[in-house]
Amino acid sequence: MKKQLKIIAYCHIKNNTISINGKSIIAKDKDLSFSDFVKQIYKEKQLAYPKFFKMDNLCKLAFLTSEFLFEAAKLDSKIIKHTGIVLSNSASSLDTDRKYQDTITDKDNYFPSPAVFVYTLANIMIGEISIRHQIKGENAFFVSEKFNETLIEHYASSLITNKKSSHILCGWVDMDNNNYDAFMYLVSEEGLYNYSKKIIKKTYTQN
Amino acid sequence: MKDVFITANTIISPLGFDSEANVSAIAKEQSGITLHNNISTSPCYASIIDHKKLDDAFSKIGDSKIFTKLEKMMILSLQDTISQASFSISNKTALIIASTKGNIDALNNNFEPERAYLPVLAHKIKEFFGFKTEPIIISNACVSGILAIAVAKRFLQNDYYDNAFVVGGDIVSEFTLSGFQSFQAISKKPCQPFSKHRTGISIGDAAASVAITTDTSEREAIQIIGDGSCNDANHISGPSRTGEGLYLSIISALKEANLKPESIDYISAHGTATAFNDEMEAIAFNRAKLEKIPLNSLKGYYGHTLGASGLLESIVGIHSLKNNMLYKSLGMDELGVTMPLNIIENTTKKELKTFIKTASGFGGCNTAVIFKKVKQ
Repeated sequence: MKKQLKIIAYCHIKNNTISINGKSIIAKDKDLSFSDFVKQIYKEKQLAYPKFFKMDNLCKLAFLTSEFLFEAAKLDSKIIKHTGIVLSNSASSLDTDRKYQDTITDKDNYFPSPAVFVYTLANIMIGEISIRHQIKGENAFFVSEKFNETLIEHYASSLITNKKSSHILCGWVDMDNNNYDAFMYLVSEEGLYNYSKKIIKKTYTQN
Repeated sequence: MKDVFITANTIISPLGFDSEANVSAIAKEQSGITLHNNISTSPCYASIIDHKKLDDAFSKIGDSKIFTKLEKMMILSLQDTISQASFSISNKTALIIASTKGNIDALNNNFEPERAYLPVLAHKIKEFFGFKTEPIIISNACVSGILAIAVAKRFLQNDYYDNAFVVGGDIVSEFTLSGFQSFQAISKKPCQPFSKHRTGISIGDAAASVAITTDTSEREAIQIIGDGSCNDANHISGPSRTGEGLYLSIISALKEANLKPESIDYISAHGTATAFNDEMEAIAFNRAKLEKIPLNSLKGYYGHTLGASGLLESIVGIHSLKNNMLYKSLGMDELGVTMPLNIIENTTKKELKTFIKTASGFGGCNTAVIFKKVKQ
């Protein structure tokens, strides 16, 4: 039996604007660089999580989106611990891959760094979110040309039907040459919003 | 829930361009790992597919100039698997592609840098064979290949597809090699998983593919009976000291398969031969009460083939079940982990029914999948 999914909460970060459940809660100057934008947010949220500053831009984006989402979702910590995480994007970790490549291309200026290399995997963002919230649930990272809400819905639904997860953090977190876009939503069999592709699509594109 | 089976399979590696050639090389304890002088700033052991051999094989099915090395490996593998499969590509056939780094070498070679985008690689494969559905790409570090099998099983069980072709591949690139070197994780000798004398990994080229279906007429079929893919929630580049995510993945797979640990006949471990990884696995297998089950790591034959490894090693495991053979864990001499493990020291014949394949990777990811030989 396929499960009818419900959406518990959703968060979108794009163009230096953060919205929760479709309502904009923070809007910064669009001309602000990504690193200045996230620094401001980190400060205002009083996050006190020094690991944040070691992360690459992709992980910072994923981390912040999940912070706002979990805050809005108000899930029980026992549920959070077993939440599945199914994320996706288009550029994988290429934004950081290019930076790493720059450290090895010139043999006279060869300085490969383990601290950069470790972020040359897109699923590291799942690891960062898992560490932050002590989530030991199912993981998968998909890559698609564009946000493929059907793929994510099918996989989330399969995880619930196969009794692997009851709650799933789904989404799209892309970072590519200063263009970024993050959209995350929590689904389960119970939630505030009925799940439909239309809602996901509309919410994802409206900002 | 529907039964899901793995039918056709093909491995492309330095040990051969089909699964039979690979398994027969393993039976003879041959390794693809050799010393290479031109892949790094200093000589380095790795398992690398010869360009000329690959081009010769590929030129029979396509223009070897227009495809990258990885694309050629993956297409060759899929071509063979598709030709063996009992079903043909329909609009309910999934194409699942697993790769950790894809065409990462396109950032610094003669191909367009756009080729480094995984959807571009996936599109090349889709077009080559005329797949009718959008490719599903999994890039989940070193569990990509084995996770792809779990994803295919879950999609088939939930009726999103009738069947699937799954292909995984990764190549030895300056990018990954220098990265592992920066971690001081590359072995100065061919890697020695679980050995007291292990000093790190060797890396390798490989592509592997399987056909997955709910419908098989094989008299002796290989069924996928359980899976789990859990995070350590501990460290992004270091394995958990308690083997937490791997342990949880194994328990999840055993529970679904409704099996007790002692019913597993063989463990195909990840066994990268780094100090921390192998120790972590030993802890997880002991926590899961699997320490007495015969175990090997195939990294001594192939090196670590990243996103291909889980798929490649599952295929060798499938042949172990079919041939009733436990293959030697190459490179093993003296046990070098603090917990007991039953490492396969000599290739031996034994009646086998089930095996578990495990893998772990950066980002704290882990996956376990259980396979069973069923007579019908």
